[in-house]
Amino acid sequence: MQRHRSKATILSILSMGLGQIYNRQFIKGVIFLLVEAWGIFYFSGNLGRSLWGIVTLGDAPRRLVKGKWLDGDHSIFILVQSLITLLFFVLFIILYIMNVRDAYKTAQNREKGIKPNSFKQSVRYIMDYKFAQSFLSLPAIGILFFTIMPIIFMIMLAFTNYSAPNHIPPAKLVDWVGFQTFRDLLTLKTWSHTFFGVLSWTIIWAILSTFTTYLGGLLVALLINQQGIKFKGLWRTILVIPYAIPQLISLLVMRNMFNGQFGPINQYLGYLGLGGLPWLTDPFWAKVTVIVVNMWVGIPVSMILIMGVLTTIPKDMYEAADIDGASGYQKFRIVTLPMILFSTAPTLIMQFAGNINNFGAIYLLTNGNPVVGDYQYAGATDLLVTWLYKLTLDQNKYNMASAVGIIIFLIIATFSIYNYRRTKSFKEEDMIQ
Amino acid sequence: MSGRKVKKGFRLGLSYIILIIMSVVAIYPALWVLLGSFRSGKSLYSKTLIPESLTLDHYRELFHSKSILFGQWYMNTLKIAILSMIIGVLLTLLTSYAVSRFRFRGRKTALSTVLILGMFPGFMSMIAIYLLLKEWHLLDTHLALIIVYAAGAPLGGTFIAKGFLDTIPRTLDEAAKIDGASNWMIFTRIILPLSKPMITYLALTQFVGPWVDYIFARLVLRTKENWTLAVGLYDMVASNQNTNFPAFAAGSVLIAIPITILFIFLQRLLVDGLTSGASKG
Repeated sequence: MQRHRSKATILSILSMGLGQIYNRQFIKGVIFLLVEAWGIFYFSGNLGRSLWGIVTLGDAPRRLVKGKWLDGDHSIFILVQSLITLLFFVLFIILYIMNVRDAYKTAQNREKGIKPNSFKQSVRYIMDYKFAQSFLSLPAIGILFFTIMPIIFMIMLAFTNYSAPNHIPPAKLVDWVGFQTFRDLLTLKTWSHTFFGVLSWTIIWAILSTFTTYLGGLLVALLINQQGIKFKGLWRTILVIPYAIPQLISLLVMRNMFNGQFGPINQYLGYLGLGGLPWLTDPFWAKVTVIVVNMWVGIPVSMILIMGVLTTIPKDMYEAADIDGASGYQKFRIVTLPMILFSTAPTLIMQFAGNINNFGAIYLLTNGNPVVGDYQYAGATDLLVTWLYKLTLDQNKYNMASAVGIIIFLIIATFSIYNYRRTKSFKEEDMIQ
Repeated sequence: MSGRKVKKGFRLGLSYIILIIMSVVAIYPALWVLLGSFRSGKSLYSKTLIPESLTLDHYRELFHSKSILFGQWYMNTLKIAILSMIIGVLLTLLTSYAVSRFRFRGRKTALSTVLILGMFPGFMSMIAIYLLLKEWHLLDTHLALIIVYAAGAPLGGTFIAKGFLDTIPRTLDEAAKIDGASNWMIFTRIILPLSKPMITYLALTQFVGPWVDYIFARLVLRTKENWTLAVGLYDMVASNQNTNFPAFAAGSVLIAIPITILFIFLQRLLVDGLTSGASKG
């Protein structure tokens, strides 16, 4: 009785759907056959070219034919088209394997004397037992094309010489160069000076901005939560307003407020008899400004978080401390602070990681300026992300930008994975119920 | 005894003073913009906080000027925000329902992948998405933005939503299953009604996105009629040739008001959403 199995398998390898038809699952078989037909139609035209494209990135430069410029291969389009085709091909192969497996299994069941599922039964089976996988396929395709494909593309760019002024299609071709970009970034004096300068400011910024907002939030939360303070809800609502206003608006407004010539801040300083400060134009003061403004934006979030934790601290811990004769400060140091730190530690780490990538705060406020003379296209307040943005959209140094992007990703991923691995929801997620 | 009382009074007084100062700092920028939008003239500079003469001209200008198509942008943004919100929330809920309730091969890998992918600097992928949209002839269309925002939603929301769904007792599902409910029925009749707070949170965050995204939208939308509010507003500040501060202020007010009101009304839900990562973490 081996024959069903081998026949069905061979048929389904020959063409999708034949095995299913052999197993008398006609509707399923026809669906698979249609997929196969589409696949042959699509890939016969594209697959060969995309393999050629991804290896060579095009080989015909723009050239002069009979006195007219004839466009050559556009390397970057070729790269993207090849990537899309190859992704479709991977999906197709997965489907093909599923088809062979399905034909094999059904045939196996037939040998055991079990009747193959009708189309209705198959659908029911999928809805009951393969529910999660079939549900996930839709978001998965979205993620595949709008997240994974772009990331692969970006990683590939780091290994090409796609950058202005010498390698911008369609005028010029782009080539694979291996690790040359990374080597330039880390060892070439002009690039490495900028890179390490921006990197160190990014880290200083991330540390300072995370701690100032956290401490500020802690202070405000404790102030409001004190015994004897009235209108707690009102204070909370007022202080949460900066969080409710969209950052795009509040930061652009701040940019106007700190304007050195016409902004109100310097105007008020003038009334007090003090000279105005170059808030956004001096390298040092610009850094101070972004930290201060970020406190304004970030303190409410920490405040909300910490107030949430404060309500969860059991009262009896304070009572026990009272019996032991602890002073207010001791109660804070021994009960409140450890409890807060314990429950907000994961958020703190995520905020730190988020601040490394805090594009909006810098870009909207200072644009990364003031410009630093010996930097490559970066300013004093530029973070790695905003530098990356400038490299990409303003300077078209795509390969360098991609290399920087990969480095940022490595830094952030390390933090987040470490953080995630040690959280309870990952380790013991089935313990909750 | 009285010494202690004085000390306490002093402490409370100081706290009130600090709170008042902080409240002023918190509200001041909003107030400044609001009052600035009623100011006549075009300059940023103003002698006093409260302008000498109040005018609604700048609001009128927003809707009648040839260079600022505010009404059009408002409708564009609203359309994109609502559609991408509906699709995005649905995708996120499906994803989180699947990973919260079902155990299948590759589940943990999928979860970690989603987490790691979420950490890529967003606009690194912009060039590739731009080329992809060009390939599919979707540049300068709202459909492109809706697709990209919605497809990105599961990356941001799945973890929070999954954490929430994990807290809905699984005995409910099992009871329904014994009564013969299919997975789809369990999802629509049990999970969806119970996760209203989470849906509100996801919907709000997803809804706000298009209102404030000025980077990607600016790249995709080329013609002025198709712009969203964020692109238009950023353009008003960034293009230096016609700085018109009060008009910018009026535009800011009109964008900020609906979102700020939504946030303040849904404060409690947002707090739950924010802390659900922390406390269960």
